[in-house]
This record gives sequence, C-alpha cells and structure tokens, in this order.
Amino acid sequence: MSEIVLFKHLIDPEVRNIENYIKLGGYEGLKKALSMNPDEIIEEVKRSNLRGRGGAGFPTGLKWSFMPKGEGQKYFVCNADEGEPGTFKDRYIMSENPHQLVEGMVIGGYAIGASVGYIYIRGEFEFVAKTVQKAIDEAYNQGFLGKNILDSGFDFDLYIHLGAGAYICGEETGLINSLEGKTGKPRLKPPFPAQYGVFGKPTTVNNVETIACVPDIIRRGADWFLTIGPDKNNGTKIFAVSGHVNNPGVFELPMGTPLREIIYEHAGGIIGGKKLKAVIPGGSSAPVLGPEHLDIPMDFDSLKKVGSMLGSGAIVVMSEDTCIVEAFTRLARFYAHESCGQCTPCREGTPWMYKIMKRIEDGNGKKGDVDLLLDICKNIMGRTICPLGDAAVLCIKGAIERFRDEFEYHIEHKKCMVDNKIPIF
Amino acid sequence: MALRFDENDMKALEKIRERYPNNTACTLPFLHYAQDRFGYVSDDVIKLVAETLNLPVAHVLNVATFYTMFNKKPVGKYHLQVCTNISCSLLGARRLVDKLEEILGIKPGETTDDGMFTITEVECLGSCGTAPVIQVNETYFENLDEKKVEDLIESLRKGELDV
Ligand SMILES: Cc1cc2nc3c(=O)[nH]c(=O)nc-3n(C[C@H](O)[C@H](O)[C@H](O)COP(=O)(O)O)c2cc1C
Ligand code: SF4
Ligand code: FES
Repeated sequence: MSEIVLFKHLIDPEVRNIENYIKLGGYEGLKKALSMNPDEIIEEVKRSNLRGRGGAGFPTGLKWSFMPKGEGQKYFVCNADEGEPGTFKDRYIMSENPHQLVEGMVIGGYAIGASVGYIYIRGEFEFVAKTVQKAIDEAYNQGFLGKNILDSGFDFDLYIHLGAGAYICGEETGLINSLEGKTGKPRLKPPFPAQYGVFGKPTTVNNVETIACVPDIIRRGADWFLTIGPDKNNGTKIFAVSGHVNNPGVFELPMGTPLREIIYEHAGGIIGGKKLKAVIPGGSSAPVLGPEHLDIPMDFDSLKKVGSMLGSGAIVVMSEDTCIVEAFTRLARFYAHESCGQCTPCREGTPWMYKIMKRIEDGNGKKGDVDLLLDICKNIMGRTICPLGDAAVLCIKGAIERFRDEFEYHIEHKKCMVDNKIPIF
Repeated sequence: MALRFDENDMKALEKIRERYPNNTACTLPFLHYAQDRFGYVSDDVIKLVAETLNLPVAHVLNVATFYTMFNKKPVGKYHLQVCTNISCSLLGARRLVDKLEEILGIKPGETTDDGMFTITEVECLGSCGTAPVIQVNETYFENLDEKKVEDLIESLRKGELDV
C-alpha cells in the first residue's frame, strides 16, 4: 500500500475522534510548528513543493509568503466549497479525518499571522459541517484552539461558514464576498487577497486538501514529503473517480500515478467491459482526454503538457456508450447557470454556447455552428474578471477539438451516432 | 402576519453574530436559520432578517435571490433535489427525474397539490462517486436507481424517514 498522508481513516476508522487522531501523531505537527518561527514554517512548506489542490496548483508556501508581516488583523480561509462537477474529495477529508484540517488551519494561521480562520463549506454539506464542528469543539477543549494555544502566546479562533448554493463562491474572491455576507461575485485582481481580502484585511485562501497536507509536512519534514511523487509535484493526491467505472470513489495515491492504473486498477475498469471513450482528468473545467492518454502520470506538469490540467483531481470516465455532444451540452448548461453575470462575454457567451449546443444535440444544428462555438470561445477566453469564463471555454472547446466529428455528425445527420446511450436530457 | 424571532432564536442568532466582525457577514447564516425556522424565505422573512441585522432590505433580498439554496417560494414537505450534472447523468439521473414525474405527477420546479413533494433539478452535489444522488431536504440519498426512488417516495409518504 502506498503512503497515507490524508486518509488516515484507512488506518484507524475512528480517527475523527481527537484521541484516535492524537494516537496517530495528530497535533504533533502543531506542537513542532509553535516551537518554530512563522517564517521557518513557510520555508518548510515552500521546500516541500506543496501545490494548491483546489485547481490551480499554485505553490502554497509562496502564497503564504505574500502575506504582509507584522501586526494587524489577518485571516486564514479554507475553501471547502467543493463545487466543481465531478469533485467529491474534500468531503471525505472533512467527514473522516477532520482534525487534520483543523490542525492544518492552526499551523497555517500561525505561519501567516492570522488570529481567525473560517472554513467555508458549501451549504449542501451541512451534515459534513457537523462533523467538522465537533472536531473544532474537541480541539478547543484540548487547548489546540482559542487563547494562548499550548502556552505559546498564539491565539486562533476557527469558525465554519456555510455557503448557500452557488458554484462561483468556490472562486476565492467570490468566496471572500460570500463570507462577508454579500452575493458571491468575484472581485477584480489586483488587489490580491493577501493585500485586501475578507473584511478588507490580508487573507489567504487554500483548499481543504492543501491545508490537510500541512500537519504531516511539519511533523515529518519537507524531505519526507519530497520522497512522494514526481519532482515539483510532490505528495499524495486524492483522485475522485466517477462515471462509467465499476468501483467509483476516492483514492489517495502518489502524485503522478498513471491514469490507467487509477481507472483500471483502483476504480475497477469500465462498466460492462466497455471501451473508454473520453476522460475528464481534473473536474469539468479540465479539457477532456482520450484513450491515448491513459499512460499519463497524473500530476500538474504532465497534464499541462498535454493541454489539460490536474484541476481538482476529479476524474470523470465516459465509455463508448456516451454521446459527447449530449454530455458536454449538459456541462455548457452548468456554466451558463453558474455565471454570476458581471462580465458581458461570460454572461452572454455561456448561455449562447448552451443554446447552440442544445440545438445540435436536438438535431437542429446548422452548418457552421461548430465554428460559431469556437468563435464564441475565442471571445470569452481571457476577457473576464474571474476564470469561470475560461473554465467554460476549456471544457467546451476541449470537447469540440477532440470530438469534432461527433458534433458534425449530429449536424449533418440530425441524430446521434451512439446507440444504447443513457439519456441525459 | 408579522414574523418574529423569539427569545431562543435571538440567543442562537447572537451566538452566530459573535463569529463575525460585522452584521453584514451574518446575512447568510441568518437566512439559513430563518429558512429552517419558517420553512422558506418569504418577503416577511427577508424583512425580519434585515431588521434584526439593521441592514437594508434590498441587501438581504439581493443575497437571498443570488443563492439557490434559499427558497423564495414555499416548497413541499420533502424537497427532492435531483443532481443532473455530468457524473449523475452518466449513470441515469434523467431516469430518476422521469420516475419522479411519473409517480408524483409534477415536473421539476413544481410542488404536489398536497404540499408533500417538490422536485428540483440541481447542479453537482459533490457526491459523484455515489451517483446518482437525490438530496431530500438536508439528507443525501446516494447510489439510486428507479426502484430505489420508488421505495424512497413510499417511505417518505409513510413518514418512515427522518429527513
Ligand atoms: C469558478 C471557480 C470555482 C472554484 N471552485 C473551487 C472549489 O470549489 N474549491 C476550491 O478549493 N477551489 C476552487 N476554485 C479555486 C479557488 O479560486 C482558489 O484557487 C483555491 O481555493 C486556492 O486554494 P489552493 O491554492 O489551496 O488550491 C475555484 C475557482 C474558480 C475559478
Ligand atoms: S467570468 Fe463569469 S462568473 Fe466570473 S466574474 Fe465574470 S461573469 Fe462572473
Ligand atoms: S454530478 Fe451529481 S453529485 Fe456530482
């Protein structure tokens, strides 16, 4: 079995209780951290090559180093919005091993000089939030949260904030606005959250999985973390596999594990022994890949090389029985629904793309529709406040480029080329 | 009828207020609380939350309409929220919606005449590995198929499930 960093419930199913967590070395990282100075912690995290697990893969230590030094209110915010279609990993860290997130929040808070932390959990996960709240309460009782933590003089309070159903609140500045009690419309950057974040104060936002890596990096050292995964892509990754596989689920594996191994060994292969047609490697916004990519190591840099991205590590598997036009029309509807409406190209472009794709899917597509779609993509890409517009483009353009013949077939024959499909609309 | 928060409500709300540096930040948690308490976010609920927080009604209304989880219309006793995003759709979410339409005689967005059920199609619920999924009020029902949906409705009708 490979190294377990995050899924400690596979070692002890009761690790969500603080006593059990402590038996596995829990809160040792915090003790060690409090004996270091904040800059040493940031340096250690930098050296570990930990990169953000929320989608962009930005180096975590570097992000922390952007926070201004010195006194003054600062915030550490955890992104537990988990809204990217196909993604269901942070949920299991929170429900099975919540203390590792809590411990990571305290260490991160200490490193960046924040005295308050918020965990922003999507509203639908209220049942998960209850488990996290219980862990927070336990941590307060043991003196790992609150005033003068372990006699270090460091104070840190941690609260849960529930979202209320809006994908855009997963974008970090949308999340910040939502935490402030406003609509979750993203902000123009700069200023970046490290200068002007939640309540106008310097703020760092990190994903659940990113933060949960921190306690073990501090406890066991960056050198240990560097032994897992390929260079510059170190650590384990939770891959969330869904779609047409026999054994869908979450698997913690070293970064760089080949896609083939994840789909065919861990996720049990394709349902009914069917052929693989398409696979989204990193949540719906990651451009779709085909069977020729099965030997790709699943890490940030390798996926970038083939024009896609690791994103959230959510793998959506589609067998030969999938109509690509139909599947991606559904995703086009998602982006159109979730656009916050601030930027014209995204507000107007995403519903327009959905409309065109739906008519192609319905057998009413017109000649030239595919080029029209690509043209709209060009007019959205890079012209919006936040990356949602780009995400819609990456998703839709990726599908068109790889499966253009299916789109053209739909237009020409006014029907689908796949028999036996499970209808989506 | 003017709504009000009673003493217990106010105690709970004050607890929430302590987590934030200002009143505006309480808008979402107060709306969640009010929706649990009063069933849905009516105009009166919006006014009440605005008054309690000393914020403009327009602000609370704006927030309440932005987020899909705040129901601006009454919903049935059981709110059936069917995920039809990609992973659920690949495994037959549409068939679940069709089944629900057939059993309940309503379409997504509608509520049965007896006020028992509302069907809503929702986006990814973060439960794609146990697809297809329906969230009934706050509870997730995972790995569903048409037969299980029939059983689910049956159990809900009989009041056998605590959701
Ligand atoms: C539309 C959109 C949705 C996003 N949703 C999420 C999300 O649900 N969870 C998450 O951690 N990051 C999400 N992100 C990425 C965040 O903006 C941000 O990069 C991330 O929280 C940073 O954390 P990390 O550096 O630890 O990855 C989203 C980004 C965009 C543009
Ligand atoms: S790109 Fe879309 S979602 Fe992002 S800010 Fe602009 S309109 Fe809103
Ligand atoms: S697609 Fe249905 S829960 Fe994610």
